[in-house]
Amino acid sequence: MNKRVALTGNEAIAKAMQQINPDVVAAYPITPQTEIVQIFSKYVADGLVDTEFVTVESEHSAMSACIGSAAGGARSMTATSANGLALMWEVVYIAASTRLPIVMPVVNRALSGPINIHCDHSDAMGARDSGWIQLFSENAQEAYDNAIQAVRIAENKDVLLPVMVNLDGFIISHAVENLNINDAEEVQKFVGEYKAEHYLLDKENPITVGPLDLQDFYFEHKRQQSEAMKYAKETVKEIGKEYGKLTGREYGFFSEYKLEDAEIALIGMGSTMGTAKAAVDELREQGVKVGLLKLRMFRPFPAEELAKALSHVPVIGVLDRAETFSTNGGPLFTDMHYALYGQDHKLIDFIYGLGGRDTNVSHVKGMFEMLQKAKDGQPIDRINYIGVRE
Amino acid sequence: MSKEQKPGWKSLPIGGLILTAGNADEYNTGGWRVKRPEWIPDNCIHCLFCWVYCPDSSIETEEGKMTGIDYEHCKGCGICAEVCPAKEKAIVMEPEGGKEDGDE
Ligand code: SF4
Ligand code: SF4
Repeated sequence: MNKRVALTGNEAIAKAMQQINPDVVAAYPITPQTEIVQIFSKYVADGLVDTEFVTVESEHSAMSACIGSAAGGARSMTATSANGLALMWEVVYIAASTRLPIVMPVVNRALSGPINIHCDHSDAMGARDSGWIQLFSENAQEAYDNAIQAVRIAENKDVLLPVMVNLDGFIISHAVENLNINDAEEVQKFVGEYKAEHYLLDKENPITVGPLDLQDFYFEHKRQQSEAMKYAKETVKEIGKEYGKLTGREYGFFSEYKLEDAEIALIGMGSTMGTAKAAVDELREQGVKVGLLKLRMFRPFPAEELAKALSHVPVIGVLDRAETFSTNGGPLFTDMHYALYGQDHKLIDFIYGLGGRDTNVSHVKGMFEMLQKAKDGQPIDRINYIGVRE
Repeated sequence: MSKEQKPGWKSLPIGGLILTAGNADEYNTGGWRVKRPEWIPDNCIHCLFCWVYCPDSSIETEEGKMTGIDYEHCKGCGICAEVCPAKEKAIVMEPEGGKEDGDE
């Protein structure tokens, strides 16, 4: 049932999309996402999927077409990166607020400018308040698995929210990895047939989608979105378990690595978590009690669960592959303060890897060293920039 | 404006969807009007140009004849007065409330 293959992250996502066989894909190429669209369009040309593939003139149109097709009752997907996501911005919000279960892999890349095509999370972080569910992946396996689960999460009738599946540009998207892929049939059974309750092409029950929503109703719709995000939490957990039963790879909000007896720990997202595990292993060999928490679900933010998982760790380093320019640290850092509010933890932010700046094991070990110093009572800056030249 | 209680977030259809077709009638937009069209029946030739052009379906008719204006929905755009072909205009726009802005 599980097949071991060597694929790049982009190939793995395209494979997931082929197995999902969505009704509509509308997409525009952008580095480093381009291959996903390219490979998928080949599947379309070769008749390997039944998908209506819409070639559009921009990402704004890609998301708009997805909104139209999803409102029409079709299972719809797209994929993008960085400036492509930024160009979608307006319609990204409309997709979420119209409650359309669109699934979009985002191959994370630095947002301009200065222009840069390499990995960081500034693209996804720009969309963190858009009402999309956001999942992050450590490697191609997780990206593939997240993409398949995303369909079920998005389409849950109590959720009906779009899902962004994040994977690090180049590091995951272009590197070849060994991963397990499922049988196409199994994926088809898992995602099932999408049956929208209300959709534009239902001529027996005509509806209006996207009407003007003024002072007297807009707020209620926003309140509904907040509630749907709470359901999303439950759904992500349930689907993660169900997927685990099917494939042996279970998913939750986050995963812990040697965290149980850790005295200092890091939390972060994406491919650097693999690097961080190597650093944890090296330091553990030297007898340092370090641990790692890899966050998979950033939106909704599992604050309560994180607080519980980290309750015994006095000093926590937060890895942020994006800057907020608020002068208060990265996006994960500020959310972690909410999660741990009122508790006696020391939190230190590490902003790292912007624009694809390499972050290696020794960088991560350096972070742990700083955490250790903080634990020993030495003064350490709250916000640190790792790997930047002074 | 009607005083009836509007549905809360728990019962409202999600996503701003409107599940009942053709319910614009329930939403009164007459309050938006700054100028009101006044119909002068004596000048009217019942050509129904106003009925064709009114963007808010606010021209009332009976058996093919103009009978009046639905002020609950008319937004006062003035299109009807503009298109009225009668020699002496059969619709003229008057300031809502009888006074122009700035009138003492
Ligand atoms: S003023 Fe405009 S909305 Fe009112 S009846 Fe005339 S055309 Fe219709
Ligand atoms: S356009 Fe003028 S003349 Fe024609 S029906 Fe309307 S009010 Fe009467």
